Amino acid sequence: MDQLISLFTTAVTFGTVIMYGAMGEILTEKSGNLNLGVPGIMYIGGIAGLIGSFFYENGNPNAIPFVGMLIALVCAFAAAALAGLLYSFLTITLRANQNVTGLTLTIFGAGFANYFGGSLNTMAGGVGQISVALTSGVFRYSVPALKTIPVAGQLFFSYGYMVYLAIILAIVLNWVISRTSVGLNLRAVGENAATADAAGINVTRYKYLATCIGAGISGLGGLYYVMDYIKGTWANDGNIEALGWLAVALVIFATWKSVRAIWGAYLFGALYWLYNFVPSFIELLNNTFGWSIPPMTRAMQQIIQMLPYVVTIIVLLFVSFRKRKEDQPPASLGIPYFREER
Amino acid sequence: MESTIQFNSGAPAVQMIDITKTFGTVVANNKVSLEIRRGEILSLLGENGSGKTTLMNMLSGIYYPDSGTIMVDGRPVSIRSPKDAFDLRIGMIHQHFKLVDVLTAAENIILGLNEKFVLDLKNVRKTVEEICGRYGFTVDPNKKVYNMSVSEKQTLEIVKVLYRGADILILDEPTAVLTPQETQKLFAVMRNMKEDGKSIVIITHKLHEVMEISDRVAVLRKGEYIGDIATKDTDPQQLTDMMVGRAVSLNIDRPDPVNPVRRLTVTGLTVIDDDGVKKLHNVSFAAMGGEILGVAGISGSGQKELLEAIAGLRIIESGDITYYEPHTGKAVSLLGMNPRDIKRLGVRLAFVPEDRLGMGLVGSMDLADNMMLKSYKKGRLPLTERKSPKQLAEKVVQDLEVVTPSISTPVRKLSGGNVQKVLVGREVEGDPTLLLSAYAVRGLDINTSYTIYRLMTEQKQRGAAVVYVGEDLDVLLELADRILVLCSGQVSGIVDARTTTKEEVGLLMTHLGAMQTEPADDKEVEA
Repeated sequence: MDQLISLFTTAVTFGTVIMYGAMGEILTEKSGNLNLGVPGIMYIGGIAGLIGSFFYENGNPNAIPFVGMLIALVCAFAAAALAGLLYSFLTITLRANQNVTGLTLTIFGAGFANYFGGSLNTMAGGVGQISVALTSGVFRYSVPALKTIPVAGQLFFSYGYMVYLAIILAIVLNWVISRTSVGLNLRAVGENAATADAAGINVTRYKYLATCIGAGISGLGGLYYVMDYIKGTWANDGNIEALGWLAVALVIFATWKSVRAIWGAYLFGALYWLYNFVPSFIELLNNTFGWSIPPMTRAMQQIIQMLPYVVTIIVLLFVSFRKRKEDQPPASLGIPYFREER
Repeated sequence: MESTIQFNSGAPAVQMIDITKTFGTVVANNKVSLEIRRGEILSLLGENGSGKTTLMNMLSGIYYPDSGTIMVDGRPVSIRSPKDAFDLRIGMIHQHFKLVDVLTAAENIILGLNEKFVLDLKNVRKTVEEICGRYGFTVDPNKKVYNMSVSEKQTLEIVKVLYRGADILILDEPTAVLTPQETQKLFAVMRNMKEDGKSIVIITHKLHEVMEISDRVAVLRKGEYIGDIATKDTDPQQLTDMMVGRAVSLNIDRPDPVNPVRRLTVTGLTVIDDDGVKKLHNVSFAAMGGEILGVAGISGSGQKELLEAIAGLRIIESGDITYYEPHTGKAVSLLGMNPRDIKRLGVRLAFVPEDRLGMGLVGSMDLADNMMLKSYKKGRLPLTERKSPKQLAEKVVQDLEVVTPSISTPVRKLSGGNVQKVLVGREVEGDPTLLLSAYAVRGLDINTSYTIYRLMTEQKQRGAAVVYVGEDLDVLLELADRILVLCSGQVSGIVDARTTTKEEVGLLMTHLGAMQTEPADDKEVEA
């Protein structure tokens, strides 16, 4: 039982990281831009938030935790949006290849973040590990009264506020895209930019805004990982990059609908950590039924970690076979638009 | 400036004065002045590439003129974007529809208007029904565009423009994709709108439509304004002269087939496309060496699939395709063969596909390399033989008057007409016994079109069986010997091009089996 609860909460935590990344990418892709820089952008968001709160906490003996949290949030969003702006300038204004630009951004973001993460650790001195405990505390705060409810408290109320913010954001994003005129215009830009242009929509502005805001949202995924899961420290473990690619896969899994990304993200989170729970599960079976299933090998563990990608491939196959127009990617995804090109 | 306008309400609806627009070194419009009056239907006539669409795109805000003045209701205006054009009550229906496939009709109509932050589709539906009622057409506001026919999409485009309150409507080649019957419906709507006081500009190069629908004709030639004339004071011959600058014969030379022999028979051909849609159903016909078999039909009736099936590019569901060798008369089945197999059999098949730069030529390769696509197997493998393709490219450039800086220019840098000359030139080079062509003159000017017609006729006189898929019925009636009419993937008739009428072919295009007795059948038996 404890094992299951633990799997659930880990799934939610990791799922939330993936969900932010995917929501940002959904917004971006709705405008017709395929930004494969999501992992890099999440790295940038994470490190920027950490840097912001580190300087605030370090330079201010009476640092207010809540202010630290706001600074981290703003820094993460702004830095990630800036990375989105760079991508937008290259792909929209200069019409560079989107795939190449995105992949470059991922490589750049990972290098940038790990470099400054290392620098921060050096600056922090001591054990060589920085910590923004105050800020991280706000990110990890959960209401004690609710948290202590047996089982349900653990399952639903033991998380920091960003878990709930992600769900609200997914619902709001879905509403904006499907029910408002801004969303309609955005969908038109991603489907058929020439048509949107002829209808009087400023295609360039929509692409820039969707890509930058989308990148900002993706960046929050990195911040949540840094502040909540690794408790306001920095680790060069490559987890953010892995989660970033899962976010790109989740966009496809959710067929470009942010509400579907909610449960999709938790499913991905659960599949990602499943291997951790397999040994005790095997043990449980062996003890209860007297079976003798051999313990999990390292190879087995890596196969299980592939599951989210396998599921995505299955969804892709399914969607391709069904050919429902509404489940297809935006029609001009990846294609630059230039009005006077004939 | 004229002031004798029907409504005497001051200035004309639109005046364009000395408009110039260039793209790089190409002058698309050179000091063009044009007037659009209230409550008139104006035909803007010109060959392809004469700058008609460019001129109108400057009114609808797609392009911005390099110099010149645009006046609306007598006031100078600056139209920087489509939105500016809507604000001036100008709306354009583009040749390639500007609709988003996955959205509904209603959503497409309010696209970009931002009337309310939260979409209010109920209100849109009401207004749409009102507009439809007033001018006499039907649009289902909830239908998704991908479920619509071409003519439904066009109607939607018109409603979209009217919804935005346009008083000046510009229609770019609206009849290109319509059947004769649908065209009549469109013309009726246009007349209703004119009655309502709207100004309509119709861009076209079909003379009979100009004569039928418009009050006035303005003619452009190579980016220059030639003049305008009241439709009732002119005739097609005069308009043609204005359009091309010199008198050209509208007649296409059509020698009688000499000793036609059976070259290709298709029996019971059924083809299903990648989406699982049946594109051809039980199609049977024969093509003769020494004649041109025209293929008519609304676009998307299976023409493309038919040619591709014969050329070995499509999987055939059922049926048979048999080729008869010219001298021996020996029958060989082409069923299940790919283009290489067909070539290896010794069948000299030439194929001019609809998609020139997609299937016919490689855009980024030069003329000589494109010639080599047909002879890359020659030479001492793995080295290619480059000399004869070069000579061939030079010969094609010379014979067909291809305008190109050199034979080492990438073909995508050439204009549409020159690209087509390169493609057709290469295909007819190997003395084909079977020549398949799809929309060979689409987008070409009159001169190039006639060059293509001449080449087709030459091949026919050489004894090749020519299958010519066309969209201009007037041309099909003058060029082909027999016409095969397709209607939603089925043969609805085979008629003698010399005796049939346009109305008959039009009817066959829209109504399957409208005619029970086909005179062409007897001919087949004879041959």
